[in-house]
Amino acid sequence: MLRLDGVSKFFGGLPALQDVSLSVPAGHLTALIGPNGAGKSTLINCMTGVFPPSSGSIRFLDQEISGLPAHRVTRLGIHRTFQNLRLFPRLSVLDNVLTGLTCEGGESMLMAMLRLPYLRHRERRLRLKALEAMDRFGLADKAQWPAGVLAYGDKKRVELARAIVGSPKLLLLDEPVAGLNAEETAAVGDQLKNLRRAGHTILLVEHDMDLVMSIADLVVVLDSGRCIATGTAGEVRRNPLVLEAYLGRMEATA
Amino acid sequence: MTGRQNILYFITLHRTGLFVTLMAAGLIIFPYIEDNPYTLGLTNLIAINAIVVLGLNLFIGFAGQISLGHAAFFGLGAYGSGIATVTFGLAPWPAMFLVALLVGLIALLVGIPVLRLSGHYLAMATLGLNYVVHTILLQWDEVTGGPSGFAGIPSLSIGDLTFDDPVSRHYLLWGFAMACLLLCLNLVRSGVGRGLAALAGDETAAASLGVDTRAAKVKIFVLSAVLASLAGSLFAHCYQYVSPDTFGIFASTDFVIMVVIGGMGSIWGSVFGAAFLTLIPEWVEFFDTYKDFVHGGILVLVLMFLPQGLITGLTDMIRVRLALWRRDHAAA
Repeated sequence: MLRLDGVSKFFGGLPALQDVSLSVPAGHLTALIGPNGAGKSTLINCMTGVFPPSSGSIRFLDQEISGLPAHRVTRLGIHRTFQNLRLFPRLSVLDNVLTGLTCEGGESMLMAMLRLPYLRHRERRLRLKALEAMDRFGLADKAQWPAGVLAYGDKKRVELARAIVGSPKLLLLDEPVAGLNAEETAAVGDQLKNLRRAGHTILLVEHDMDLVMSIADLVVVLDSGRCIATGTAGEVRRNPLVLEAYLGRMEATA
Repeated sequence: MTGRQNILYFITLHRTGLFVTLMAAGLIIFPYIEDNPYTLGLTNLIAINAIVVLGLNLFIGFAGQISLGHAAFFGLGAYGSGIATVTFGLAPWPAMFLVALLVGLIALLVGIPVLRLSGHYLAMATLGLNYVVHTILLQWDEVTGGPSGFAGIPSLSIGDLTFDDPVSRHYLLWGFAMACLLLCLNLVRSGVGRGLAALAGDETAAASLGVDTRAAKVKIFVLSAVLASLAGSLFAHCYQYVSPDTFGIFASTDFVIMVVIGGMGSIWGSVFGAAFLTLIPEWVEFFDTYKDFVHGGILVLVLMFLPQGLITGLTDMIRVRLALWRRDHAAA
Protein backbone atom coordinates (compact mmCIF):
# COMPACT_ATOMS: atom_id res chain seq x y z
CA MET A 1 0.00 0.00 0.00
CA LEU A 2 2.78 2.40 0.99
CA ARG A 3 6.22 1.88 -0.51
CA LEU A 4 9.39 3.79 0.27
CA ASP A 5 12.36 3.43 -2.03
CA GLY A 6 15.77 4.81 -1.13
CA VAL A 7 14.42 7.68 0.91
CA SER A 8 17.10 10.00 2.31
CA LYS A 9 16.77 13.21 4.24
CA PHE A 10 19.56 15.64 5.08
CA PHE A 11 19.31 18.53 7.47
CA GLY A 12 22.08 20.84 6.44
CA GLY A 13 24.80 18.27 5.81
CA LEU A 14 23.59 15.90 8.49
CA PRO A 15 21.93 12.72 7.28
CA ALA A 16 18.76 11.95 9.26
CA LEU A 17 17.65 9.19 6.90
CA GLN A 18 19.87 7.25 4.53
CA ASP A 19 18.48 5.12 1.77
CA VAL A 20 15.46 3.81 3.68
CA SER A 21 13.27 1.36 1.83
CA LEU A 22 10.26 -0.30 3.33
CA SER A 23 6.70 -1.22 2.47
CA VAL A 24 3.52 -1.21 4.45
CA PRO A 25 1.19 -3.97 3.23
CA ALA A 26 -2.55 -3.35 3.17
CA GLY A 27 -4.62 -4.73 6.02
CA HIS A 28 -1.68 -5.25 8.32
CA LEU A 29 -0.26 -3.54 11.34
CA THR A 30 3.32 -2.57 10.65
CA ALA A 31 5.45 -1.28 13.48
CA LEU A 32 8.39 1.04 13.05
CA ILE A 33 10.81 0.85 15.94
CA GLY A 34 14.26 2.13 16.70
CA PRO A 35 16.22 3.83 19.43
CA ASN A 36 15.95 7.57 20.06
CA GLY A 37 17.35 9.59 17.18
CA ALA A 38 16.99 6.71 14.73
CA GLY A 39 14.98 8.93 12.38
CA LYS A 40 11.48 7.60 13.00
CA SER A 41 9.86 11.00 13.32
CA THR A 42 11.77 12.31 10.32
CA LEU A 43 10.52 9.37 8.31
CA ILE A 44 6.92 10.01 9.35
CA ASN A 45 7.24 13.69 8.53
CA CYS A 46 8.55 12.81 5.07
CA MET A 47 5.67 10.42 4.48
CA THR A 48 3.03 12.92 5.53
CA GLY A 49 4.40 15.88 3.64
CA VAL A 50 5.50 17.97 6.62
CA PHE A 51 8.75 18.28 4.70
CA PRO A 52 9.89 16.60 1.48
CA PRO A 53 12.61 13.92 1.46
CA SER A 54 15.97 14.93 -0.03
CA SER A 55 15.85 12.00 -2.40
CA GLY A 56 14.04 8.74 -2.99
CA SER A 57 10.45 7.90 -3.79
CA ILE A 58 7.38 7.41 -1.62
CA ARG A 59 4.46 5.73 -3.36
CA PHE A 60 1.02 5.40 -1.87
CA LEU A 61 -1.54 3.32 -3.77
CA ASP A 62 0.69 3.55 -6.85
CA GLN A 63 0.90 7.31 -6.70
CA GLU A 64 4.07 9.24 -6.04
CA ILE A 65 3.51 11.33 -2.92
CA SER A 66 6.99 12.51 -1.96
CA GLY A 67 7.04 16.27 -2.01
CA LEU A 68 3.26 16.70 -1.88
CA PRO A 69 2.10 19.20 0.78
CA ALA A 70 0.63 17.73 3.95
CA HIS A 71 -3.02 18.49 3.18
CA ARG A 72 -2.82 16.70 -0.16
CA VAL A 73 -1.32 13.61 1.47
CA THR A 74 -4.12 13.66 4.04
CA ARG A 75 -6.76 13.95 1.36
CA LEU A 76 -5.30 10.87 -0.34
CA GLY A 77 -6.14 8.93 2.82
CA ILE A 78 -3.11 8.95 5.11
CA HIS A 79 -4.18 10.24 8.52
CA ARG A 80 -1.86 10.60 11.46
CA THR A 81 -1.57 11.29 15.14
CA PHE A 82 1.26 13.23 16.69
CA GLN A 83 3.85 12.19 19.21
CA ASN A 84 3.37 15.37 21.18
CA LEU A 85 -0.34 15.96 21.29
CA ARG A 86 -1.61 18.44 18.78
CA LEU A 87 -5.19 18.95 19.82
CA PHE A 88 -6.98 22.26 19.75
CA PRO A 89 -7.41 22.94 23.46
CA ARG A 90 -10.04 25.65 23.07
CA LEU A 91 -12.33 23.59 20.86
CA SER A 92 -14.69 21.05 22.34
CA VAL A 93 -13.88 17.36 22.11
CA LEU A 94 -16.61 16.99 19.51
CA ASP A 95 -15.19 19.81 17.40
CA ASN A 96 -11.72 18.35 17.71
CA VAL A 97 -12.94 15.05 16.36
CA LEU A 98 -14.94 16.86 13.67
CA THR A 99 -11.76 18.55 12.42
CA GLY A 100 -10.71 15.03 11.46
CA LEU A 101 -13.39 15.19 8.79
CA THR A 102 -12.03 18.37 7.20
CA CYS A 103 -10.43 16.19 4.56
CA GLU A 104 -13.86 15.27 3.22
CA GLY A 105 -14.07 18.70 1.60
CA GLY A 106 -17.13 19.31 -0.52
CA GLU A 107 -17.79 22.66 1.05
CA SER A 108 -16.61 26.05 -0.11
CA MET A 109 -16.28 29.15 1.98
CA LEU A 110 -19.08 30.90 0.12
CA MET A 111 -21.45 27.98 0.54
CA ALA A 112 -20.61 27.83 4.23
CA MET A 113 -21.35 31.53 4.66
CA LEU A 114 -24.77 31.14 3.09
CA ARG A 115 -25.47 28.00 5.15
CA LEU A 116 -27.12 26.21 2.27
CA PRO A 117 -29.64 23.59 3.41
CA TYR A 118 -27.70 20.64 2.09
CA LEU A 119 -24.77 21.67 4.27
CA ARG A 120 -26.96 21.27 7.33
CA HIS A 121 -27.66 17.67 6.37
CA ARG A 122 -24.01 17.14 5.74
CA GLU A 123 -23.15 18.62 9.11
CA ARG A 124 -25.61 16.26 10.83
CA ARG A 125 -24.07 13.30 9.04
CA LEU A 126 -20.56 14.36 10.06
CA ARG A 127 -21.69 14.83 13.64
CA LEU A 128 -23.09 11.30 13.76
CA LYS A 129 -19.83 9.97 12.41
CA ALA A 130 -17.85 11.91 14.99
CA LEU A 131 -20.09 10.71 17.83
CA GLU A 132 -19.64 7.15 16.66
CA ALA A 133 -15.86 7.52 16.70
CA MET A 134 -15.99 9.11 20.14
CA ASP A 135 -18.18 6.30 21.36
CA ARG A 136 -15.61 3.80 20.22
CA PHE A 137 -12.99 5.46 22.39
CA GLY A 138 -15.26 6.09 25.35
CA LEU A 139 -15.40 9.83 24.91
CA ALA A 140 -19.08 10.32 24.19
CA ASP A 141 -19.95 11.82 27.58
CA LYS A 142 -17.21 14.44 27.26
CA ALA A 143 -18.29 15.70 23.85
CA GLN A 144 -18.81 19.30 24.91
CA TRP A 145 -15.76 19.69 27.14
CA PRO A 146 -12.97 21.91 25.93
CA ALA A 147 -10.24 19.45 24.93
CA GLY A 148 -7.70 21.37 26.99
CA VAL A 149 -9.16 20.24 30.33
CA LEU A 150 -9.08 16.52 29.55
CA ALA A 151 -6.71 14.15 31.31
CA TYR A 152 -3.66 13.08 29.30
CA GLY A 153 -4.99 9.64 28.46
CA ASP A 154 -8.26 11.10 27.21
CA LYS A 155 -6.39 13.58 25.04
CA LYS A 156 -4.50 10.72 23.43
CA ARG A 157 -7.81 9.02 22.74
CA VAL A 158 -9.24 12.19 21.20
CA GLU A 159 -6.29 12.25 18.80
CA LEU A 160 -6.94 8.65 17.87
CA ALA A 161 -10.63 9.33 17.34
CA ARG A 162 -9.77 12.35 15.22
CA ALA A 163 -7.43 10.30 13.03
CA ILE A 164 -9.91 7.44 12.66
CA VAL A 165 -13.08 9.39 12.02
CA GLY A 166 -12.22 10.23 8.41
CA SER A 167 -11.90 6.51 7.53
CA PRO A 168 -8.26 6.70 6.50
CA LYS A 169 -6.77 4.19 4.10
CA LEU A 170 -3.57 4.26 6.09
CA LEU A 171 -3.38 5.22 9.72
CA LEU A 172 -0.07 6.53 10.96
CA LEU A 173 0.30 6.50 14.73
CA ASP A 174 3.26 8.29 16.26
CA GLU A 175 3.76 6.81 19.73
CA PRO A 176 0.11 6.44 20.74
CA VAL A 177 0.90 5.04 24.18
CA ALA A 178 3.81 7.30 25.17
CA GLY A 179 3.11 8.56 28.67
CA LEU A 180 0.22 6.20 29.37
CA ASN A 181 0.17 3.78 32.30
CA ALA A 182 0.11 0.01 31.84
CA GLU A 183 -3.66 -0.25 32.06
CA GLU A 184 -4.25 2.52 29.53
CA THR A 185 -1.58 1.05 27.26
CA ALA A 186 -3.35 -2.29 27.27
CA ALA A 187 -6.63 -0.57 26.42
CA VAL A 188 -5.07 1.24 23.47
CA GLY A 189 -3.46 -2.03 22.38
CA ASP A 190 -6.88 -3.67 22.33
CA GLN A 191 -8.31 -0.81 20.34
CA LEU A 192 -5.51 -1.09 17.81
CA LYS A 193 -6.14 -4.81 17.49
CA ASN A 194 -9.80 -4.09 16.87
CA LEU A 195 -8.94 -1.53 14.23
CA ARG A 196 -6.69 -4.00 12.48
CA ARG A 197 -9.33 -6.69 12.66
CA ALA A 198 -11.76 -4.21 11.08
CA GLY A 199 -9.40 -4.06 8.11
CA HIS A 200 -7.47 -0.87 8.79
CA THR A 201 -3.91 -0.58 7.59
CA ILE A 202 -1.77 0.84 10.36
CA LEU A 203 1.79 2.03 10.62
CA LEU A 204 2.72 2.28 14.27
CA VAL A 205 5.77 4.09 15.57
CA GLU A 206 6.32 3.02 19.12
CA HIS A 207 8.83 2.66 21.90
CA ASP A 208 6.81 0.25 23.98
CA MET A 209 8.30 -3.13 23.01
CA ASP A 210 5.68 -5.26 24.71
CA LEU A 211 2.93 -3.54 22.78
CA VAL A 212 4.78 -3.78 19.46
CA MET A 213 5.69 -7.43 19.93
CA SER A 214 2.14 -8.36 20.87
CA ILE A 215 0.22 -6.65 18.09
CA ALA A 216 2.50 -6.02 15.09
CA ASP A 217 2.31 -8.25 12.03
CA LEU A 218 5.48 -6.79 10.65
CA VAL A 219 8.28 -4.91 12.36
CA VAL A 220 10.71 -2.53 10.68
CA VAL A 221 13.77 -1.49 12.68
CA LEU A 222 15.48 1.81 12.08
CA ASP A 223 18.88 2.73 13.50
CA SER A 224 20.90 5.88 12.82
CA GLY A 225 18.79 6.71 9.79
CA ARG A 226 19.11 3.28 8.20
CA CYS A 227 16.68 0.42 7.97
CA ILE A 228 18.51 -2.49 9.60
CA ALA A 229 15.87 -5.20 9.76
CA THR A 230 12.41 -6.15 8.61
CA GLY A 231 10.35 -9.15 9.58
CA THR A 232 7.80 -10.56 11.95
CA ALA A 233 8.11 -9.74 15.62
CA GLY A 234 9.76 -13.10 16.28
CA GLU A 235 12.27 -12.74 13.46
CA VAL A 236 13.25 -9.25 14.46
CA ARG A 237 13.61 -10.28 18.05
CA ARG A 238 16.20 -12.88 17.04
CA ASN A 239 18.05 -10.68 14.55
CA PRO A 240 21.57 -10.09 15.96
CA LEU A 241 21.82 -6.65 14.35
CA VAL A 242 18.65 -5.56 16.11
CA LEU A 243 19.71 -7.09 19.38
CA GLU A 244 22.91 -5.17 19.21
CA ALA A 245 21.41 -1.87 18.09
CA TYR A 246 18.36 -1.87 20.19
CA LEU A 247 17.00 -4.73 22.19
CA GLY A 248 20.38 -5.54 23.65
CA ARG A 249 20.71 -2.09 25.01
CA MET A 250 17.15 -2.22 26.28
CA GLU A 251 17.72 -5.47 28.15
CA ALA A 252 20.93 -4.19 29.62
CA THR A 253 19.19 -1.19 31.13
CA ALA A 254 15.92 -2.91 32.05
CA MET B 1 -38.55 16.07 29.91
CA THR B 2 -40.47 18.72 31.75
CA GLY B 3 -41.66 21.88 30.08
CA ARG B 4 -38.87 23.90 31.62
CA GLN B 5 -36.22 21.50 30.36
CA ASN B 6 -37.79 21.61 26.94
CA ILE B 7 -37.50 25.37 26.87
CA LEU B 8 -33.89 25.26 28.06
CA TYR B 9 -33.07 22.65 25.43
CA PHE B 10 -34.67 24.77 22.74
CA ILE B 11 -32.66 27.78 23.88
CA THR B 12 -29.31 25.95 23.85
CA LEU B 13 -30.09 24.42 20.48
CA HIS B 14 -31.03 27.70 18.84
CA ARG B 15 -29.08 30.17 20.92
CA THR B 16 -27.29 31.74 17.98
CA GLY B 17 -30.54 32.27 16.11
CA LEU B 18 -32.15 33.68 19.24
CA PHE B 19 -29.29 36.11 19.85
CA VAL B 20 -29.42 37.32 16.27
CA THR B 21 -33.20 37.76 16.43
CA LEU B 22 -32.99 39.62 19.74
CA MET B 23 -30.25 41.88 18.48
CA ALA B 24 -32.11 42.60 15.24
CA ALA B 25 -35.27 43.42 17.20
CA GLY B 26 -33.32 45.72 19.49
CA LEU B 27 -31.77 47.50 16.52
CA ILE B 28 -35.13 47.93 14.81
CA ILE B 29 -36.69 49.68 17.79
CA PHE B 30 -33.54 51.57 18.79
CA PRO B 31 -34.24 54.74 16.75
CA TYR B 32 -37.70 54.97 18.39
CA ILE B 33 -36.11 55.10 21.83
CA GLU B 34 -33.10 57.20 20.97
CA ASP B 35 -33.51 59.80 18.23
CA ASN B 36 -30.67 62.10 19.19
CA PRO B 37 -28.75 62.51 15.90
CA TYR B 38 -25.43 62.62 17.75
CA THR B 39 -26.02 59.28 19.46
CA LEU B 40 -27.24 57.72 16.24
CA GLY B 41 -24.13 59.04 14.50
CA LEU B 42 -22.06 57.15 17.05
CA THR B 43 -23.98 53.89 16.78
CA ASN B 44 -23.78 54.17 13.01
CA LEU B 45 -20.03 54.47 13.26
CA ILE B 46 -20.07 51.34 15.43
CA ALA B 47 -21.84 49.46 12.64
CA ILE B 48 -19.21 50.52 10.10
CA ASN B 49 -16.34 49.60 12.40
CA ALA B 50 -18.04 46.31 13.27
CA ILE B 51 -18.06 45.25 9.62
CA VAL B 52 -14.30 45.84 9.35
CA VAL B 53 -13.65 44.14 12.67
CA LEU B 54 -15.72 41.07 11.75
CA GLY B 55 -13.52 40.46 8.73
CA LEU B 56 -10.33 41.25 10.56
CA ASN B 57 -11.31 38.95 13.41
CA LEU B 58 -11.77 36.08 10.97
CA PHE B 59 -8.25 36.78 9.77
CA ILE B 60 -6.66 37.21 13.19
CA GLY B 61 -8.79 34.94 15.35
CA PHE B 62 -9.55 32.15 12.92
CA ALA B 63 -6.77 32.11 10.39
CA GLY B 64 -4.35 32.97 13.20
CA GLN B 65 -2.59 35.70 11.23
CA ILE B 66 -1.99 39.37 11.91
CA SER B 67 -2.74 42.43 9.83
CA LEU B 68 -1.77 45.95 10.76
CA GLY B 69 -3.03 47.24 7.45
CA HIS B 70 -6.75 46.77 7.24
CA ALA B 71 -7.39 50.51 7.24
CA ALA B 72 -5.81 50.40 3.78
CA PHE B 73 -8.67 48.24 2.43
CA PHE B 74 -11.16 50.36 4.36
CA GLY B 75 -9.66 53.46 2.72
CA LEU B 76 -9.53 51.92 -0.74
CA GLY B 77 -13.22 51.08 -0.41
CA ALA B 78 -14.09 54.61 0.72
CA TYR B 79 -12.00 56.41 -1.89
CA GLY B 80 -12.95 53.87 -4.53
CA SER B 81 -16.62 54.58 -4.01
CA GLY B 82 -15.98 58.31 -3.96
CA ILE B 83 -13.96 58.31 -7.16
CA ALA B 84 -16.26 55.87 -8.95
CA THR B 85 -19.39 57.91 -8.19
CA VAL B 86 -18.09 61.50 -8.39
CA THR B 87 -15.30 61.28 -10.96
CA PHE B 88 -16.73 58.52 -13.15
CA GLY B 89 -20.41 59.15 -12.46
CA LEU B 90 -21.29 55.56 -11.58
CA ALA B 91 -24.43 54.86 -9.52
CA PRO B 92 -23.51 54.29 -5.83
CA TRP B 93 -24.71 50.68 -5.49
CA PRO B 94 -22.91 49.18 -8.50
CA ALA B 95 -19.88 51.31 -7.62
CA MET B 96 -19.81 49.85 -4.13
CA PHE B 97 -19.80 46.24 -5.31
CA LEU B 98 -17.41 46.91 -8.16
CA VAL B 99 -15.00 48.55 -5.74
CA ALA B 100 -15.34 45.64 -3.30
CA LEU B 101 -14.49 43.27 -6.13
CA LEU B 102 -11.45 45.32 -7.10
CA VAL B 103 -10.24 45.55 -3.50
CA GLY B 104 -10.70 41.78 -3.21
CA LEU B 105 -8.51 41.39 -6.28
CA ILE B 106 -5.87 43.69 -4.81
CA ALA B 107 -5.97 41.70 -1.57
CA LEU B 108 -5.52 38.51 -3.56
CA LEU B 109 -2.50 39.89 -5.41
CA VAL B 110 -0.99 41.27 -2.20
CA GLY B 111 -1.98 38.25 -0.13
CA ILE B 112 -0.40 35.51 -2.23
CA PRO B 113 3.17 36.71 -1.67
CA VAL B 114 2.69 38.44 1.69
CA LEU B 115 0.92 35.56 3.44
CA ARG B 116 3.98 33.38 3.03
CA LEU B 117 5.25 35.47 5.90
CA SER B 118 4.06 35.12 9.45
CA GLY B 119 4.30 36.81 12.83
CA HIS B 120 6.31 40.02 13.00
CA TYR B 121 7.18 39.89 9.33
CA LEU B 122 3.55 39.70 8.31
CA ALA B 123 2.73 42.55 10.68
CA MET B 124 5.45 44.69 9.09
CA ALA B 125 4.39 43.81 5.55
CA THR B 126 0.75 44.72 6.18
CA LEU B 127 1.84 47.88 7.97
CA GLY B 128 3.86 48.72 4.88
CA LEU B 129 0.82 48.16 2.68
CA ASN B 130 -1.17 50.57 4.83
CA TYR B 131 1.61 53.13 4.61
CA VAL B 132 1.75 52.88 0.83
CA VAL B 133 -2.01 53.28 0.44
CA HIS B 134 -2.11 56.16 2.91
CA THR B 135 0.68 57.94 1.07
CA ILE B 136 -1.07 57.51 -2.26
CA LEU B 137 -4.31 58.90 -0.84
CA LEU B 138 -2.38 61.83 0.59
CA GLN B 139 -0.13 62.64 -2.36
CA TRP B 140 -2.08 61.87 -5.52
CA ASP B 141 -3.89 65.22 -5.39
CA GLU B 142 -5.57 65.21 -8.80
CA VAL B 143 -7.37 61.90 -8.13
CA THR B 144 -7.87 61.73 -4.37
CA GLY B 145 -7.98 65.41 -3.48
CA GLY B 146 -4.86 65.08 -1.39
CA PRO B 147 -4.72 66.22 2.24
CA SER B 148 -7.92 68.25 1.96
CA GLY B 149 -9.90 65.10 1.28
CA PHE B 150 -12.56 64.08 -1.20
CA ALA B 151 -15.97 65.69 -0.89
CA GLY B 152 -19.38 65.58 -2.51
CA ILE B 153 -19.92 61.83 -2.44
CA PRO B 154 -23.62 61.10 -3.00
CA SER B 155 -25.78 59.27 -0.45
CA LEU B 156 -27.03 55.78 -1.14
CA SER B 157 -30.67 55.42 -2.05
CA ILE B 158 -33.24 52.79 -2.88
CA GLY B 159 -35.96 54.16 -5.14
CA ASP B 160 -37.30 57.29 -3.42
CA LEU B 161 -35.68 56.46 -0.12
CA THR B 162 -32.40 58.31 0.27
CA PHE B 163 -30.18 57.39 3.18
CA ASP B 164 -29.35 60.96 4.14
CA ASP B 165 -30.52 61.23 7.77
CA PRO B 166 -29.22 59.41 10.86
CA VAL B 167 -32.32 57.22 11.29
CA SER B 168 -32.41 55.84 7.76
CA ARG B 169 -28.66 55.39 7.89
CA HIS B 170 -29.07 53.47 11.12
CA TYR B 171 -31.19 50.92 9.29
CA LEU B 172 -28.88 50.84 6.28
CA LEU B 173 -25.66 50.39 8.23
CA TRP B 174 -26.96 47.99 10.82
CA GLY B 175 -28.70 46.04 8.08
CA PHE B 176 -25.34 45.55 6.46
CA ALA B 177 -23.61 44.85 9.76
CA MET B 178 -26.19 42.22 10.73
CA ALA B 179 -25.92 40.58 7.32
CA CYS B 180 -22.14 40.39 7.70
CA LEU B 181 -22.55 39.10 11.24
CA LEU B 182 -24.84 36.32 10.00
CA LEU B 183 -22.49 35.36 7.19
CA CYS B 184 -19.55 35.22 9.60
CA LEU B 185 -21.52 33.21 12.17
CA ASN B 186 -22.48 30.72 9.47
CA LEU B 187 -18.91 30.48 8.32
CA VAL B 188 -17.38 29.78 11.71
CA ARG B 189 -20.01 27.20 12.57
CA SER B 190 -19.34 25.19 9.41
CA GLY B 191 -16.75 22.63 8.49
CA VAL B 192 -14.74 25.34 6.78
CA GLY B 193 -14.85 27.31 10.02
CA ARG B 194 -13.55 24.33 11.97
CA GLY B 195 -10.69 24.07 9.50
CA LEU B 196 -9.94 27.73 10.14
CA ALA B 197 -10.09 27.27 13.90
CA ALA B 198 -7.64 24.41 13.47
CA LEU B 199 -5.40 26.70 11.43
CA ALA B 200 -5.43 29.31 14.18
CA GLY B 201 -4.67 26.69 16.81
CA ASP B 202 -1.87 24.76 15.16
CA GLU B 203 -0.83 25.14 11.54
CA THR B 204 1.00 21.81 11.28
CA ALA B 205 -1.91 19.90 12.77
CA ALA B 206 -4.37 21.72 10.52
CA ALA B 207 -2.37 20.82 7.42
CA SER B 208 -2.21 17.18 8.49
CA LEU B 209 -6.00 17.21 8.87
CA GLY B 210 -6.37 18.23 5.25
CA VAL B 211 -6.62 22.02 5.53
CA ASP B 212 -4.88 23.74 2.64
CA THR B 213 -3.33 26.29 4.98
CA ARG B 214 -1.89 28.63 2.38
CA ALA B 215 -5.11 28.83 0.37
CA ALA B 216 -7.22 29.22 3.51
CA LYS B 217 -5.15 32.18 4.71
CA VAL B 218 -5.38 33.92 1.35
CA LYS B 219 -9.13 33.32 1.11
CA ILE B 220 -9.78 34.76 4.55
CA PHE B 221 -7.49 37.70 3.82
CA VAL B 222 -9.47 38.46 0.67
CA LEU B 223 -12.78 38.05 2.48
CA SER B 224 -11.71 40.41 5.24
CA ALA B 225 -10.48 42.94 2.68
CA VAL B 226 -13.82 42.79 0.87
CA LEU B 227 -15.69 43.40 4.13
CA ALA B 228 -13.37 46.32 4.94
CA SER B 229 -13.96 47.72 1.48
CA LEU B 230 -17.74 47.48 1.86
CA ALA B 231 -17.48 49.24 5.20
CA GLY B 232 -15.34 51.91 3.55
CA SER B 233 -17.90 52.46 0.80
CA LEU B 234 -20.68 52.75 3.36
CA PHE B 235 -18.54 55.23 5.29
CA ALA B 236 -17.98 57.32 2.19
CA HIS B 237 -21.64 57.39 1.22
CA CYS B 238 -22.81 58.21 4.73
CA TYR B 239 -20.30 60.94 5.57
CA GLN B 240 -20.15 62.11 1.94
CA TYR B 241 -16.61 63.22 2.63
CA VAL B 242 -13.42 61.25 3.19
CA SER B 243 -9.94 62.37 4.16
CA PRO B 244 -6.70 60.38 4.17
CA ASP B 245 -6.17 60.56 7.92
CA THR B 246 -9.16 58.32 8.62
CA PHE B 247 -7.23 55.51 6.94
CA GLY B 248 -3.79 55.81 8.47
CA ILE B 249 -1.90 53.18 10.40
CA PHE B 250 -3.48 54.27 13.68
CA ALA B 251 -6.88 53.35 12.27
CA SER B 252 -5.43 49.91 11.52
CA THR B 253 -4.13 49.46 15.04
CA ASP B 254 -7.49 50.60 16.38
CA PHE B 255 -9.17 47.84 14.39
CA VAL B 256 -6.72 45.35 15.84
CA ILE B 257 -7.47 46.62 19.34
CA MET B 258 -11.19 46.18 18.68
CA VAL B 259 -10.48 42.58 17.68
CA VAL B 260 -8.42 42.04 20.81
CA ILE B 261 -11.07 43.50 23.10
CA GLY B 262 -13.74 41.41 21.44
CA GLY B 263 -11.52 38.37 21.60
CA MET B 264 -9.78 36.26 19.00
CA GLY B 265 -12.25 34.35 16.95
CA SER B 266 -15.34 35.67 18.67
CA ILE B 267 -17.88 36.90 16.17
CA TRP B 268 -20.10 38.52 18.81
CA GLY B 269 -17.02 39.92 20.47
CA SER B 270 -16.17 41.75 17.26
CA VAL B 271 -19.32 43.81 17.54
CA PHE B 272 -18.65 44.41 21.22
CA GLY B 273 -15.04 45.44 20.58
CA ALA B 274 -16.10 47.86 17.84
CA ALA B 275 -18.74 49.37 20.14
CA PHE B 276 -16.42 49.61 23.14
CA LEU B 277 -13.60 51.40 21.38
CA THR B 278 -15.95 53.70 19.47
CA LEU B 279 -17.85 54.71 22.59
CA ILE B 280 -15.13 54.98 25.19
CA PRO B 281 -13.96 58.50 24.22
CA GLU B 282 -17.56 59.63 24.70
CA TRP B 283 -17.73 58.39 28.27
CA VAL B 284 -14.41 59.58 29.54
CA GLU B 285 -13.28 62.95 28.31
CA PHE B 286 -9.59 62.63 28.88
CA PHE B 287 -9.59 59.66 26.49
CA ASP B 288 -9.93 62.04 23.61
CA THR B 289 -6.68 63.81 24.39
CA TYR B 290 -4.64 60.76 25.26
CA LYS B 291 -6.41 58.38 22.89
CA ASP B 292 -3.31 56.63 21.56
CA PHE B 293 -1.91 56.07 25.04
CA VAL B 294 -5.16 54.64 26.30
CA HIS B 295 -5.60 52.38 23.28
CA GLY B 296 -2.04 51.13 23.63
CA GLY B 297 -2.56 50.60 27.35
CA ILE B 298 -5.73 48.58 26.78
CA LEU B 299 -3.94 46.44 24.19
CA VAL B 300 -1.02 45.69 26.49
CA LEU B 301 -3.21 44.90 29.49
CA VAL B 302 -5.57 42.61 27.62
CA LEU B 303 -2.76 40.73 25.91
CA MET B 304 -0.87 40.35 29.19
CA PHE B 305 -3.72 38.95 31.21
CA LEU B 306 -6.08 37.46 28.62
CA PRO B 307 -4.06 36.67 25.50
CA GLN B 308 -7.14 35.28 23.79
CA GLY B 309 -8.77 38.69 24.07
CA LEU B 310 -11.13 40.13 26.61
CA ILE B 311 -14.45 38.46 25.80
CA THR B 312 -13.02 35.20 24.49
CA GLY B 313 -10.64 35.02 27.43
CA LEU B 314 -13.46 35.41 29.91
CA THR B 315 -15.79 32.93 28.21
CA ASP B 316 -12.93 30.44 27.93
CA MET B 317 -12.32 30.77 31.63
CA ILE B 318 -15.97 30.09 32.37
CA ARG B 319 -16.06 27.10 30.02
CA VAL B 320 -12.98 25.56 31.60
CA ARG B 321 -14.27 26.13 35.13
CA LEU B 322 -17.61 24.60 34.18
CA ALA B 323 -16.02 21.54 32.61
CA LEU B 324 -13.71 21.03 35.61
CA TRP B 325 -16.63 21.44 38.01
CA ARG B 326 -18.65 18.89 36.03
CA ARG B 327 -15.72 16.49 35.98
CA ASP B 328 -15.18 16.70 39.73
CA HIS B 329 -18.88 16.31 40.43
CA ALA B 330 -19.19 13.38 38.06
CA ALA B 331 -16.30 11.72 39.90
CA ALA B 332 -17.76 12.40 43.35
